[in-house]
Amino acid sequence: MNSGDFSSYFYVFLLAAFLGLEVIKRVSPLLHTPLMSLTNAISAISVVAAIEICGLAKGETTTLATILGTIAVAAATTNIVGGFMITDRMLKMFKTRNPAKKAGEAGK
Amino acid sequence: MNTLFLLAQTDAAAGFDLQLFIGNVTYLLAAACFVLALKWLSAPKTARQGNLIGEIGMAAAVIGALLSHHVVRFEWIIVGFAVGTVIGVPLAVFMPMTAVPQRTALSHAFGGLAAALVGTAHYFLFFHPVAQQTSSLTMFFLCLEVLLGSLTFTGSLMAFGKLQDLLPTRPMVYKGQNMINFLILGAALVSGVVLVINPTLQFMFPVLLFLAASFGVLLILPIGGADMPTVIALLNSYAGLSASMMGFVLQNRLLIIAGALDGASGLVLSIIMCKAMNRSFTNVLFGAFGQVQASAAAAVQKRTVRSSTPEEAAQIMEAAQSVIVIPGYGMAVAQAQHKVREMFDQLTKRGVDVKFAIHPVAGRMPGHMNVLLAEAEIPYDKLLEMDEINGDFPQCDVALVVGANDVVNPAARHDKSSPIYGMPILDADKAKTVMAIKRTMNPGFAGIENELYYAENCLMLFGDAKNVIGAVAKELAASGGE
Repeated sequence: MNSGDFSSYFYVFLLAAFLGLEVIKRVSPLLHTPLMSLTNAISAISVVAAIEICGLAKGETTTLATILGTIAVAAATTNIVGGFMITDRMLKMFKTRNPAKKAGEAGK
Repeated sequence: MNTLFLLAQTDAAAGFDLQLFIGNVTYLLAAACFVLALKWLSAPKTARQGNLIGEIGMAAAVIGALLSHHVVRFEWIIVGFAVGTVIGVPLAVFMPMTAVPQRTALSHAFGGLAAALVGTAHYFLFFHPVAQQTSSLTMFFLCLEVLLGSLTFTGSLMAFGKLQDLLPTRPMVYKGQNMINFLILGAALVSGVVLVINPTLQFMFPVLLFLAASFGVLLILPIGGADMPTVIALLNSYAGLSASMMGFVLQNRLLIIAGALDGASGLVLSIIMCKAMNRSFTNVLFGAFGQVQASAAAAVQKRTVRSSTPEEAAQIMEAAQSVIVIPGYGMAVAQAQHKVREMFDQLTKRGVDVKFAIHPVAGRMPGHMNVLLAEAEIPYDKLLEMDEINGDFPQCDVALVVGANDVVNPAARHDKSSPIYGMPILDADKAKTVMAIKRTMNPGFAGIENELYYAENCLMLFGDAKNVIGAVAKELAASGGE
């Protein structure tokens, strides 16, 4: 990486960070827990890098790198699968109407 | 340079490359999806849609990675996918909602681990015969990546241990703690600098890993349970930043963007948490809460409290027009949220206006109480933030405190000697009647005596939150038949 590359990547980083700050500020405190599990799933994007390490041709890689890459793919996949699933499970629970009201009346 | 990093140049020279083009498009698509996902998450109505677009983005990114020219072997990738799925699905499906903070800490640990391992693999791949020398800028980001990754890994495991009660939740402090922490962080940074200057010093790399991992452990040792929301948010931010640093190493914009979004999210949340406690980052991380209180608590003389019974509580609430419930970590521990729902139903049926006042740091992670109450099917429009509801307390008949403590302590307003002085609180004491459910008169989590309990308008309901609320709900149900 030369300094020219660096500054272009740094622009991307800065813009994404500011965009993130603005978007996240608007998230209702009601949803801060799902927000955290969703961003956690998103940060498992490192799976992309882990996949590229695991998939290197035998002549281009070492056993150590493959082992580390495989564990990294597993760890990131855990976060992707688990993260999105539990976020959905949580979000499903947030409802406005009160279904319990009907149940209460029925029990009368 | 490693072949990984040569990708862009060689392909450009070879003319149009469909495979690379598709890969780039999927990465771009993934980045757009992630931004949209966070945007849609802002309101409950669009939130599930947001999660879905996040999933689509991740699927696109994985497909993009699998299409890469370098990926020629798939057996280990499949093994990784399989293992991750086998661990991830049960963690998401069978985990009770009360354990969300632990699970979040654990997933931060996985995120940190992945980043640290990828960084380590890249470092050692630099020495592979087909690879060329790396640049010092790349090395700089690689060191940051493994530093953040490994400290997030061990720090989150520590947080997990504390939240899961595997480790003592009280702050663990010793003399010169901050000094030792700074020295270790300093040593880790020095070893990073050495590696940037001379990347071939291979023995320095494990040293860097070890120091960063130790710093993660030591950083969380003095953190008490009440500070967990801030710390979890901060670890969330670190996990994101390490992914972003990985993006710099690989010159991959998708990684940079997704990591920056996550880093920003964790930062915003930890700032919100700090503000809600009127404390600074440095104070949370190095202040070792829990310590100061010994003297403050001792100064309080024995005073009397008025205790009451669930029957009386039920009668008072039945006669009330408005009730505000203030849930805290105690509700989560006692798993009382479903009993709270029963009580809520009984009162609502009688036309009593029941609302919930949620303090930003109630519980062990941001939004913890909201998720528990939503799980118990309490409509989310009844869950109000501190600023929205504080004006309602003077008109409210009953403020019912369920397992909360410091967030309703009026000492935060006027007692300059109190460790929580200046912290924004819920004005429960302004309600006509305050009822507080507590197991014993022992001071709360931060070890601070709560003067609210000695106020004239306060009734104490001693017992486990689940049992007490259950008894109140039962009482209401019985009298409701008349």
